[in-house]
Amino acid sequence: MEIDPLIFRLSIFILSIFVGYYVVWSVTPSLHTPLMSVTNAISSVIIVGAIIAGLSGDPQSVFNTSSIFGFLAIALAAINIFGGFLVTQRMLAMYKKKKKEK
Amino acid sequence: MISANLSAIFYLVSGVLFILALRGLSSPETSRQGNLFGILGMIIAVTVTFLSIGTFSSGFIFVVIFIVVGGSIGAFIAYRIPMTAMPELVAGFHSLVGLAAVFVAISAFLNPIAFNLGSPGNIKLGSLIEMSIGASVGAITFSGSVIAFLKLQGIMSGSPITFKGQHPLNAIILISIIILIYLLCSTQSSNLFWILLFVSFLIGFLLIIPIGGADMPVVISMLNSYSGWAAAGIGFTLENTALIITGALVGSSGAILSYIMCKGMNRSFFNVILGGFGATDDVLSKSTKEQRPVKSGNADDAAFLMKNASSVIIVPGYGMAVAQAQHALREMVDTLKKNDIKVSYAIHPVAGRMPGHMNVLLAEANVPYDEVFELEEINNDFANADVAFVIGANDVTNPVAKTDPQSPIYGMPVLDVEKCKSVLFVKRSLSPGYAGIDNDLFYKENTLMLFADAKKMTEDITKNL
Repeated sequence: MEIDPLIFRLSIFILSIFVGYYVVWSVTPSLHTPLMSVTNAISSVIIVGAIIAGLSGDPQSVFNTSSIFGFLAIALAAINIFGGFLVTQRMLAMYKKKKKEK
Repeated sequence: MISANLSAIFYLVSGVLFILALRGLSSPETSRQGNLFGILGMIIAVTVTFLSIGTFSSGFIFVVIFIVVGGSIGAFIAYRIPMTAMPELVAGFHSLVGLAAVFVAISAFLNPIAFNLGSPGNIKLGSLIEMSIGASVGAITFSGSVIAFLKLQGIMSGSPITFKGQHPLNAIILISIIILIYLLCSTQSSNLFWILLFVSFLIGFLLIIPIGGADMPVVISMLNSYSGWAAAGIGFTLENTALIITGALVGSSGAILSYIMCKGMNRSFFNVILGGFGATDDVLSKSTKEQRPVKSGNADDAAFLMKNASSVIIVPGYGMAVAQAQHALREMVDTLKKNDIKVSYAIHPVAGRMPGHMNVLLAEANVPYDEVFELEEINNDFANADVAFVIGANDVTNPVAKTDPQSPIYGMPVLDVEKCKSVLFVKRSLSPGYAGIDNDLFYKENTLMLFADAKKMTEDITKNL
């Protein structure tokens, strides 16, 4: 009997929760704000679904109800991706060690 | 066009890169590299999606246009936002993830053929379940985050909004969501889908309004977690490994942060979520409050005390963020250091309005991160320090949490500020903090109250040093 592919995805999901659990516990508390902004950015990988949705119309008519929602989702996710990564970058650039010999 | 198997492998690669992005945050040195991994993962995921669709129709141009428009808005915000507004920004970003998840789910529901999920009115059962869960959680994330944003921004009052029958109402709505998902899956009715979305938006709104301003660290972390689960739900629908991995990572990340924040307040998660904290205790504290003598001083006194100290510990709180006093504070510390006074910073886990809020502000003011310590690391040092400088914090220093079992904050881990030889407390008035209780520290023999705006007081002290 074949195993439903859903089971494989479920396995990936469960294992990723565990990976996430251990990885996040190792994050130093002083970086918890960048952690939130970067998780924000990466969860916007949902843009993958939005792109598929946006391109779902046929070549003659790009816009239909379904693809419009896709395009809107692309814009929202893009705000998050650029905003999230850049603001994280900006924050992380500020974390500096004590200057030597002071 | 690349094969489905190859694109699946690339999605896996981007999922792994996202794990490395979070891993990098274990220390500030590796964090910048981690962020680059995250960006690389995102580029791979988007590129592979384009390649797997293959047909570069005219729609492709619109995809690029929308990415550019959204991306420029995002970049603009990222560069312009002041660091003190980070909590609002993060709440706002969460709402966008939630809404994007809802939109993708709507799109997939209306046009399942494009996603290979069956045909309209006859969507594969498994996909429909995943899609409706993703849409529902996404909607809750959206409306919840909007409320959190409004509260943090001050557009909406930060005090809890409660009404009679709130909890039963919420419980009924949550149960009805489950029933709606069940009915939707058995009938495939699009009307039920819209009702489900509406009800989910409503519950997100209702869940957050009773939660007060200072509990926002928990709320933001919780919504962070929800946005992850929503993404994972959509990931299952689209059978996309990158989304499933990311959703799980973000979901558990938010859950852990909520846990850390709750532990920092010694409150259970449900106690925070049910809300109303701080609203009822007000009356109690006002009736029991008696006039007790406090010693108050000015910048000159404070400067004198610090000049004669050999070690100073700074305890920042939300008030510092409000007064934007972090730069003035660092200048004061620079002057102290020139006089060979040892200075360190003590950060309580729930100081500020989001996890790590204080650390970011201090980093912005060029405070080296190795001078900033967490509660457990520094709490023993208070006994040996000469001066504790409390700026904008209150409840997290209240010794009552250790002594009075009747107190609403009893058992909450607090900074042992009272063990210092002397305490300088910058505050605008004697008003109680968020928990609505008086702080015993105000009336201690060795406490000097400095009634002023945090920024102004800090600047004045620097002048007097």
